[in-house]
Amino acid sequence: MEYFLNEPQKAIKSLARRIAEEKVLPVRAELDESEEFPWTIMKDLADSDMFRVFIPEEYDGLGGGCLELCLVIEELSRVCAGIAISYAASALGSFPLLDYGTEEQKRKYLPDIASGKRLAAFALTEATAGSDASAIKTTASREKEGYVINGTKQFITNGGEAEIYLVVALTAKEKGARGASVFLVEKDMPGFSFGKKERKMGIRASSTRELIFRNCLVPEENMIGREGMGFIMTMRLLDRSRPGVGAQAVGLAQGALEAAVGYARQRIQFGHPIISFQAVQHMLANMAIEVEAARSLVYAVARTIDSRARNFTEEAAMAKVFASDVAMRVTTDAVQIFGGAGYMRDYPIEKMMRDAKIIQIYEGTNQVLRDAIAFELRKRKAMRE
Amino acid sequence: MNIVVCIKQVPGTTKVKIDTQTNTLIRQGIKNIVNPFDTYALEEGVRIKERYGGKVRAISMGPPQAEEVLREAIALGADEAILLSDSAFAGADTLATSYTLARAIDKLERNDLIICGRQTIDGDTGQVGPELAEILGVPFVAYVSRIEEIDNGYMRVQRMVEEGHEVIELPLPTVITVVKEINIPRLPSLRGLAKSKSVTIPIWTAQELGVDKNMVGLFGSATRVIKVFFPQRVRRGEILQGELESQVESLANKLRDTKII
Repeated sequence: MEYFLNEPQKAIKSLARRIAEEKVLPVRAELDESEEFPWTIMKDLADSDMFRVFIPEEYDGLGGGCLELCLVIEELSRVCAGIAISYAASALGSFPLLDYGTEEQKRKYLPDIASGKRLAAFALTEATAGSDASAIKTTASREKEGYVINGTKQFITNGGEAEIYLVVALTAKEKGARGASVFLVEKDMPGFSFGKKERKMGIRASSTRELIFRNCLVPEENMIGREGMGFIMTMRLLDRSRPGVGAQAVGLAQGALEAAVGYARQRIQFGHPIISFQAVQHMLANMAIEVEAARSLVYAVARTIDSRARNFTEEAAMAKVFASDVAMRVTTDAVQIFGGAGYMRDYPIEKMMRDAKIIQIYEGTNQVLRDAIAFELRKRKAMRE
Repeated sequence: MNIVVCIKQVPGTTKVKIDTQTNTLIRQGIKNIVNPFDTYALEEGVRIKERYGGKVRAISMGPPQAEEVLREAIALGADEAILLSDSAFAGADTLATSYTLARAIDKLERNDLIICGRQTIDGDTGQVGPELAEILGVPFVAYVSRIEEIDNGYMRVQRMVEEGHEVIELPLPTVITVVKEINIPRLPSLRGLAKSKSVTIPIWTAQELGVDKNMVGLFGSATRVIKVFFPQRVRRGEILQGELESQVESLANKLRDTKII
């Protein structure tokens, strides 16, 4: 399909593909097995300027938008969704700074994120606050020298590996969600440590870890945006990052589709390659239709965001929900086409199916995002009446 | 550190065909690439620059289309690139090539280090590096597999020899050739790619280099390729006849004659 990418976008996509095929492919199975963080790949991505893609030029970036970021994530995910999310999580971590940071905060941190010298991470989820993000318990109390953070964040992507953490904490506990603020915490700040490193079903090359804050003093100038605006900021930031998660799903599904076509052409049963059987052909055709539809939606939403649309909660949720459901179906069918071989770890396809599941869960479960879409539908109808 | 990396555009295939009339390679329809060994030279140059500061210049002698590999060098981290191109340079052997490269290197301001790949994959001679050092009158180390340190006008390198490594210390400026064990070349960067598309690559001709026309190209070559051919592979079988004893004896004689035993 012709998506009318411009020259810089084509260059980003093709270079990301080269990195995925030349650097990621040889190590993906090993990293999945060892659950080791892909530092060498992060270095390759940094050397190729991939972390510059989503940072404005004035902070040593290349000034790309949501679509450019999606292209990188898609191409990396086509080969390994776990490595792709380690990259994407640094982008998510940079969004609070990009959208709400002061000039000074941007100058201090964005160039290092752009060069890939330091990874970023965004920390919202807690044991009691998943879909109900407003139920967070981590507090940041105002003291003379700054804010003192206490609490534990859970399931934080890039936890332990990133050096820059954007943490949502309550500055006014009694106000609940309206009392949340965002703080930038650096890895080596006293009172900040790391807890359990999770052992996961999929995206195993990525790091998912607990962040523990015990009287962690953060200077006042590390607050991002206005006090009490943390929850609204977070919702907007997640709207902006969701197409990237959709792109992860598209890339993953594309990789599974290609693998399934390849296998179906060479697997002989009843004297013929199984791709000559209609049952298999129709499965592959459905997979291809869904992948292309998901890609179209993700790109269209990314372009909507890049056109500086004001509210895109609904569109961003659609891109994430649709693409991740597609990735789950397509990878499951790909395993089916591989048959018994697909169930074995010797083939890359079972990993893709394991990797797909999380995309329906994180950055807003597909259920909570359907709620958000339905809310917009009701709101629009009510406004017309 | 001012670093010069010499690179060559070569056919990107191992199935080269030879024009039997002209004894040259048939280049039509074959994609040209940077000589693979030169990619290690370029990567090492860029790494030295990243560690010690300075500038990396890539130079290549070749037809106008060799500009492509110089653009690739820019994408991979070279700061500047210069193409040496003139019809007078055509038909150069390694000696004339080295002379031309040396004149170009002389024309650049202060150079501390000149890096070449160990050999090309089309000519396969491995002569340009050492000849270049000879013409420039500077020290030379071949088959460098590691640069240990550069300090105070000296560098210490490891070079591969048949049974191990030699550690050599030598003064700068110097010429080295590198082996593929020295590094893993990076992929291009997005900034590099953008720069490689917009950058102007100067072309230096014989006149600009002020070279003696009898020292470059075919005229300046000390060697001529008279014939290029694929070795004929002839397989002949022979079936020995007669009594078993005499068969064994004649087989043993034949093996002895051919120095197999």
